[in-house]
Amino acid sequence: MFVSPAALGFVVFFLWPALRELYLSFTKYNLAGTPQWVGLDNYDNLIHDDVFWNSIKVTVEYVIINIGVQTAAAIGIAYLIFRVTQSLAVRSILLMPFLVANVVVAIVWMWMLDYNLGIVNHVLGWFGAEPTAWLGSDTWAIPSIALINVWRFVGYTALLLFAGMQTVPKNLYEVADLDGASEWRTFWGITMPMIRPVFAMVMILSIIGSFQIFDTVAVTTKGGPVNSTRVLQYYVYEQAFVRSHYGYAAAISVVVFVILAALAAFQLKVLRAGDSDLSGG
Amino acid sequence: MKAPMNLHTATARRTTDRTRRRRVGAWITLMLLMAVTLFPFYWMLRTALSNNRSLPSDPGSLLPVDFTWGPFKRVLGLSTLQQAQAEGGSGAELHFWRYLLNTVIVATTITAGQVWFCSMAAYAFARLRWRGRDKVFFAFLTALMVPPVFTVLPNFLLMKDLGLLNTYAAIVLPYFFMTPFAVFFMRQFFLGISKEVEEAARLDGAGPARRFFSIILPMSWAPITTLALLTYITAWNEYFWPLIAGSKEESRVLTVALASFRQSTPGIAPDWAGLMAASLVAAAPILLLFLIFGRKVVNSIGFSGLK
Repeated sequence: MFVSPAALGFVVFFLWPALRELYLSFTKYNLAGTPQWVGLDNYDNLIHDDVFWNSIKVTVEYVIINIGVQTAAAIGIAYLIFRVTQSLAVRSILLMPFLVANVVVAIVWMWMLDYNLGIVNHVLGWFGAEPTAWLGSDTWAIPSIALINVWRFVGYTALLLFAGMQTVPKNLYEVADLDGASEWRTFWGITMPMIRPVFAMVMILSIIGSFQIFDTVAVTTKGGPVNSTRVLQYYVYEQAFVRSHYGYAAAISVVVFVILAALAAFQLKVLRAGDSDLSGG
Repeated sequence: MKAPMNLHTATARRTTDRTRRRRVGAWITLMLLMAVTLFPFYWMLRTALSNNRSLPSDPGSLLPVDFTWGPFKRVLGLSTLQQAQAEGGSGAELHFWRYLLNTVIVATTITAGQVWFCSMAAYAFARLRWRGRDKVFFAFLTALMVPPVFTVLPNFLLMKDLGLLNTYAAIVLPYFFMTPFAVFFMRQFFLGISKEVEEAARLDGAGPARRFFSIILPMSWAPITTLALLTYITAWNEYFWPLIAGSKEESRVLTVALASFRQSTPGIAPDWAGLMAASLVAAAPILLLFLIFGRKVVNSIGFSGLK
């Protein structure tokens, strides 16, 4: 009885849609009439769809830049606040970008990265750099979007890792300090091994989140220039809601789901998320 | 006795010197990081207080260019068309108050439903014994793995079949009853409450409902507030689902309105000042909430919900 409302929500808005999505991926459907069973046709088309392959490439490129920069920076920041100050004010400021909607963040950075009037090109101009069309060139669009989202999520990620660091027994650090161990060695010898389960969890969640990049693209580039930022989720959105190819869109999202599930399973294995080195792994 | 003491203080002094240098370096890095974090917020404000027509004359000015409240007035619908256009506004109408109201309604309803139903479910998962409990919980767990893009299409079709598209209900319903995160978050807290708390009431013959409402709930205000804050912020900022389920005027939320406002501004000489004012006003309620409840939000960032 306690569970029934939540169970209802689960069945109606998670379980049933998931099954229906799977079914739709084997059909041709444009909202008019009923879905027509076409077997594996959608998947067959997918394999020969250059735009689809390109969207995988672009998404992977985005994830690599986004996660690479974000993780490195977040670990550094987390360790910095852990060792230097636990101040609530500092942590609050670092969390601020995370509280603002993706849409707002995208618009602000669009303005700051504007070709003519943006402050970024203006400042780079002081150092003699030519202005760059950050979001308007196929080379820079993906890195720009990736870094915009690093700005939004790095503080949040750092706080997650920081929370992990706080669980490390204090006396380990006291011993390291007494031994005169360098900060570098303390970090790699104590902190990283100890927070590995948290680190693994953070990595998995941020990579899965990163793969679902949509908002920033929808606001800034809409997939362009040409196809250079047509990431997977944007392609699904476009196929379904712009072109009414619901069956085809469903097939793409099945592929996205499979990729994400495989990634999560793989990461759990590699990073041995279950145990820290403390619990004897 | 004396010599070793001196030796000790000498080493101590050397380490404090080194520590101090390190500390200064660390603080400088931290200050830089905070500057990078805060600068875009400042830039929003600076631009929102500038005259849009004057922006090109001094793109690097740290202060507002040709200071004016115009952009805020445009966004809030307080200026006439002529006034707006004189300052480089697009003249496009933004029914800000409408979208704000929509956002408040949607975020509040989602938060109320989700916190209420998920707390109840979490209590049953954490404290009650019933057949198939762990199986159902595991099923809930798998929902964490399902990306929104996977369910968005069928949910859209469902809303369409129910005739709910472009209503509050369409935007609210999928998040109203449960999200896996909320269930885990509350379950984790309930698991931590000692069983003895309920024992006396149970012996007195109080059923699960009474125990939940009169004993467990009153002692759970802290995690419930935290969950409510997190849910509210997430709901406020959501873009993908409201875009698909309710992008028409009557149910349009702020994020959707902002994005389409952005897209409707002319490519040449867009109203950046107006856009920044709108963005700032859209983000302000959440930043205000954060100002009041900052400690709770910041301290809740961790894996309390998952581990």
